[in-house]
Amino acid sequence: MYQEDLIKRLESELSGDFEKAVYRWTLDPEDRDAVLLNVAIKQVPLPDYRVIVEISCIRSHEELLAIKRAYQIRYKHSVEEDLAQHTTGDIRQLLVWLVSVYRYKGEEINVRLASSEAEILHRVISEKAFNHEETIRIITTRSKAQVLATLNHFRDDYGTSITKHLRDDSSHEYLSALRTAIRCICDHHKYYEKVVRRALNQPGTDEDSLTRVIITSAEKDLKDIKELFQKRNSMSLEHAVAKDTSGDYKAFLLTLLGKED
Amino acid sequence: MAVSDELGALTRAFSGLGVDEKALISILGKWHPEQRQTYRKGTRDFFIEDERQFERWDDYHVIQLQHEFLRFKHAIVLWTMHPWERDARLLKEALHKGPQHKVLVEVACTRLSDELLGARKAYHSLFDQSVEEDLAFGIHGPERKLLVALVSSYRYEGTKVNEGIAKSEAKFLSSAIKGAAGNKNLLENEEVVRIVATRSKPHLTLVYNHYKEITGNYLDEDLEGELYLQETVQCLCKPQEYFSKVLDASMRPDVDELKKEAVTRIIVTRADVDMKLLKQEYNHKYGVSLPNKIEDVANGNYRDFLLTLVARGD
Repeated sequence: MYQEDLIKRLESELSGDFEKAVYRWTLDPEDRDAVLLNVAIKQVPLPDYRVIVEISCIRSHEELLAIKRAYQIRYKHSVEEDLAQHTTGDIRQLLVWLVSVYRYKGEEINVRLASSEAEILHRVISEKAFNHEETIRIITTRSKAQVLATLNHFRDDYGTSITKHLRDDSSHEYLSALRTAIRCICDHHKYYEKVVRRALNQPGTDEDSLTRVIITSAEKDLKDIKELFQKRNSMSLEHAVAKDTSGDYKAFLLTLLGKED
Repeated sequence: MAVSDELGALTRAFSGLGVDEKALISILGKWHPEQRQTYRKGTRDFFIEDERQFERWDDYHVIQLQHEFLRFKHAIVLWTMHPWERDARLLKEALHKGPQHKVLVEVACTRLSDELLGARKAYHSLFDQSVEEDLAFGIHGPERKLLVALVSSYRYEGTKVNEGIAKSEAKFLSSAIKGAAGNKNLLENEEVVRIVATRSKPHLTLVYNHYKEITGNYLDEDLEGELYLQETVQCLCKPQEYFSKVLDASMRPDVDELKKEAVTRIIVTRADVDMKLLKQEYNHKYGVSLPNKIEDVANGNYRDFLLTLVARGD
């Protein structure tokens, strides 16, 4: 915290991918996520919902609480108030509830409830009204175990996974965020692998996403993500990164990727 | 004591909040069967003349008496509990007993952020569910979004506020309230919910003050009739005044049991927090000291226990 002013200066003056990567790597994990959230919320014209969804769905309770506290210390606001202020309508309710709700952590599943809530989701989708309130309620307030059970029931009863149904022609921010939330809750390693793969396949490489995933996973999930990536793409993640990045940025990422070995 | 005095004293021992254990023991304990019969025949409120020539307790009064005898026990148990368990149980009861959604507002808005979070953790342990999922599932009206947002909040508690934003949010509330004009649908206005559910308390106090400057009225008064929004603003901006009002309403004669329970709830939950301010506010509003009022309406161990709690911070 004694570096307050220096850090503020750094934040505004960092433009390069390497600088940003290094800066973010030097922060404590909760501070880093607080910064990522703030940047995502303040993005124009619309907040970067992916970051917000990732952090609220993948971090543990304790981590998320530490992040909220770090956010408050740093920005003198709560993340919830900033998020609510910069969003409207359904995406606001989805994101704010994802960030705020303190989900029950138990593994118990209520099978009847899973079945009835799968039916609610199915009704909502087939009416294409996307009654967002009920969908948001089920996805954001139930325990993760219960959400998984509900989604499995959905797949068993109706044939396909729910994300296939949650599309429409207008690229609805709300629906994209909802699909992302569901993916993060169901299998966040698979989700991360997809983000990284897409980031590398894009012409030009989406460095922000690449940096974000590698840095935030470096202490935990990187090994699983690398394995998944290898399986899916028949080449190692290090190889793919080496192909698509250059200079100091490339060296930095490769060092982080090599950390676990 | 003359017999007629004793009859009055016994009825008083059974009336009000809690029972006067000592009076019950000293009077009833020594009465012979004839004296007890005199009491039964003379107290039409509590006893009915049965067609088979005996006086029976009125069922309703027996149930009332049960509550009054248990009032002391409830207060002790609630007081001894960890504040997190206490608030978790209060939230659960508020959702299912009644339901009393105003109590949800009270707990969610008058606790510190970490205390409210603690209550939500305790809720997991006690009920194997989150309070958010219970609320969202159990409430179906327009108040659902507001109540879930209030209960799941983790407000910033620092002192930094933004005058400009407070001013513009006050302006917004003023036009929203004018626009709603008694349609009572402000709850559906997502911006209103955003402001009251996410902003910090210091910020909301500033909004409250600016609202007065802009409109000449008090925000909570202008929210009269708005389901839960009035309580929300009062709890967030003027909690002692809110608590004084609820206490006073609960201590009136002939209120229902759910209302009476507010007395225990408020005194137990505020005793360690802001009892001194609460007493000042109560005195200011009603011209009588809170201890004196409690002496008037409460009996026995229950009364003595409340008075001990209320004396804290003196």
